[in-house]
Amino acid sequence: MSTTSLPNSPFAALNRGLPAYIALTAYVVVTSALMLTNTRTSLGTDVLFILFLLGFLLIYRAKVSNGYKLALGAVMLIGVVPYFGTLNAYYIELAIQAGIFVALALGLNVVVGFAGLLDLGYVAFFAVGAYLWGIFSTDQITQISPGASPVSPQLFYLFMALGLFVGAFFGVLLGLPVLRLRGDYLAIVTLGLGEVIRVLAVNLDRPINITNGAQGIKSIARPPLPDFLRALLPGLNDPQIYQLFIYALALLIVGITVLTVFRLKNSRIGRAWEAIREDETAAIAMGIPLVRMKLMAFAVGASFAGVMGVLFAAKQQFINPPTFDLIRSIGILAMVILGGMGSIPGVILGGVLVTLLDLQILPRIATELGALKRQGVVIPDWFDPAQYQRALFGLLLIIMMIFRPEGILPDQRRREEAHAIEDREASAKTEAGEAKMA
Amino acid sequence: MTLAGVFGPLGQVFIFVLGSAIVLSAITVLAAFLLRGTRANVDLVQATLTILPQVIVDGLVRGFLFATIALGYTMVYGVLEFINFAHGEIFMVGAFSGAALGAALAASGILKAMPPLLFVLIAVAVGMIVSGSLAMTIERIAYRPLRNAPRLVPLISAIGVSLLLQDGMRLIANVTGLGFNARFPTPNFGPPIQLAQIPAADGRTIPLILDVRALIFIVAATLMLIGLNYLVNATKLGTAIRAVAQDRPTASLMGINVNQIIALTFLIGGALGGAAGVLFGIRVGTVNPYIGFLPGLKAFTAAVLGGIGNIPGAMVGGIVLGFLEAFVASYLSLLTGGALSGASYADIVAFAILILILIFRPSGLLGEAVAQKV
Repeated sequence: MSTTSLPNSPFAALNRGLPAYIALTAYVVVTSALMLTNTRTSLGTDVLFILFLLGFLLIYRAKVSNGYKLALGAVMLIGVVPYFGTLNAYYIELAIQAGIFVALALGLNVVVGFAGLLDLGYVAFFAVGAYLWGIFSTDQITQISPGASPVSPQLFYLFMALGLFVGAFFGVLLGLPVLRLRGDYLAIVTLGLGEVIRVLAVNLDRPINITNGAQGIKSIARPPLPDFLRALLPGLNDPQIYQLFIYALALLIVGITVLTVFRLKNSRIGRAWEAIREDETAAIAMGIPLVRMKLMAFAVGASFAGVMGVLFAAKQQFINPPTFDLIRSIGILAMVILGGMGSIPGVILGGVLVTLLDLQILPRIATELGALKRQGVVIPDWFDPAQYQRALFGLLLIIMMIFRPEGILPDQRRREEAHAIEDREASAKTEAGEAKMA
Repeated sequence: MTLAGVFGPLGQVFIFVLGSAIVLSAITVLAAFLLRGTRANVDLVQATLTILPQVIVDGLVRGFLFATIALGYTMVYGVLEFINFAHGEIFMVGAFSGAALGAALAASGILKAMPPLLFVLIAVAVGMIVSGSLAMTIERIAYRPLRNAPRLVPLISAIGVSLLLQDGMRLIANVTGLGFNARFPTPNFGPPIQLAQIPAADGRTIPLILDVRALIFIVAATLMLIGLNYLVNATKLGTAIRAVAQDRPTASLMGINVNQIIALTFLIGGALGGAAGVLFGIRVGTVNPYIGFLPGLKAFTAAVLGGIGNIPGAMVGGIVLGFLEAFVASYLSLLTGGALSGASYADIVAFAILILILIFRPSGLLGEAVAQKV
């Protein structure tokens, strides 16, 4: 429906062949150049940044060779974004956040999109990963066992791997009791379990202080900066290099996640998940090991969150229970649904879009309104768009469900499903009409 | 339907009230007896027995709160097989409309002179109208277009509605000056009723008190439960609702306007939720836009505990859950010597029960096992 543009549209010439290459390259070069010459944090730069990101979508949709797509995308991700980041730290921070949430959304997509298990407590696994590094890298560990000392920051990478396994372990642990549940019950139970993890994080400061309760864990260690980066990037100060380093790590994890998810989707396991999603009873009849497949979906999804949790704790250097509340789970769900359940490019798009909306666009509107107010325009005190995160997620969910349940960049099979229902309704209506006439 | 049909379920509820109170008291006293050596300076059994009557009264109030909200979940589930995730927010909006009424009356100076019961009646009526019509509107806009979609689609839409209502209410509360933590002005209900004097360890007596507002809550909730039972079991509308719940296509062949019945179900469920919200607000004194979430979740647990789709089941589930929570909240700290905070872990109890029930008896306490349709 939206994959092909009309043959007589004025952009038809740009759709394929050499013009497509030229137009695409020109777009990327122009937006990059504009962005790199306007580095002040402002509404204008915001717009340029978004236009620049739109370039990725255009690359994805353009009919050019895959090699060229990859090359162009790589230049933008590895060249332009980090360079821009050295000029303005705010935007690279945004890119890191987007990366973290994209990886989380991809993980949730395995559970919700591939296997069709609506998980509303996903952020719990993220919390588990974050607390894992938070506890072991700080003095918090001495509270648990007085003899122990914090692990060396060098072990960060080991803990990322550990985060993978701990995440998967908790995924199975939370998956086990809810295996027998279908659809809507599962959603409520996972929501409850997510809350349980949060309540535990608040309350496990007694009798043994494990999580340090509501105060959270402060001064979490960061991985040491590799020396070659300093040599590689002369003229930059350490915080700048560090930010680029975190960006690179996030990008690497997102890359690995995308690759893994993509391979999984087109594997025997992925097809089994799809079968379970479409019709559980039929899937059992076809000999699909339901329990193992469902647990695997939970484990895989949770493991991504575990790894990202470790990275998140190191990046923020501070974690507390409210960071992992329900609204964050819902936010990640909104990313998956906005982009398209089960569709990998869709979920990436959804992750970036929701992060931008939440962390850039709404706060920017708030700042601009504040500026207007100082100029004397009457804006009531209660109107602060940055505060209405829930309303934003809520509206996104409702609108998507009513008008486009398959998402912006839908998965092929999902789209067919959505249309099968419309077709069925249409045929039911004609039948009813005929019956009336008869 | 005869009198027995209307009052029979209430007998069931009464049995469960008595039963869970006795069983939980016995378990707690036993635990206190077993743990009596762990604390040197406190006689645990004595301490447990001293607060026991108060805990039972608290449990009753909590239980009726969950029961009235759970009815909304269970009615909608019975008719549509759909979890109305936004029901907790409908409860919250009811509480706010009561608070707004109270504030308006207080501003005009009538409130102080008003008889408390009259105020409760008017506030509950306002809450019922606002919440009922809100629930009906939501059904029309956000659920009806999705009725034939896969099951997760309306559920996700309902989550969206719930978030939107939270922030929408926050916006309205800020605009109208009620504020995020809105006070719920009420006439003076007078001093709490002293039911008895309980002798404590050191010769003092501890009064067993029942707050007037708690009493109003219990009475009003019981009346609503009786009314709903009558409506569903003894009227034509109730018959139609049960018919739609049983088999929608056949009901429509029998000349029942299915859309209208579903809308009415939302109206009734929403009105009950709104009434519960007002009563809750009167009892607590302040309301905020996020108060609906946790009671909503727990009420859902109560509905599942009793057997979702089953109206007496929702009441029973609510009462049992209320008692359980009250016992955990009051006794966990006492019995563990303050190592575990009862109030926080009481929230976990609800979810633990939800999971256990769904694993071991998915049909709930009063529900019948339903075979999976293929």
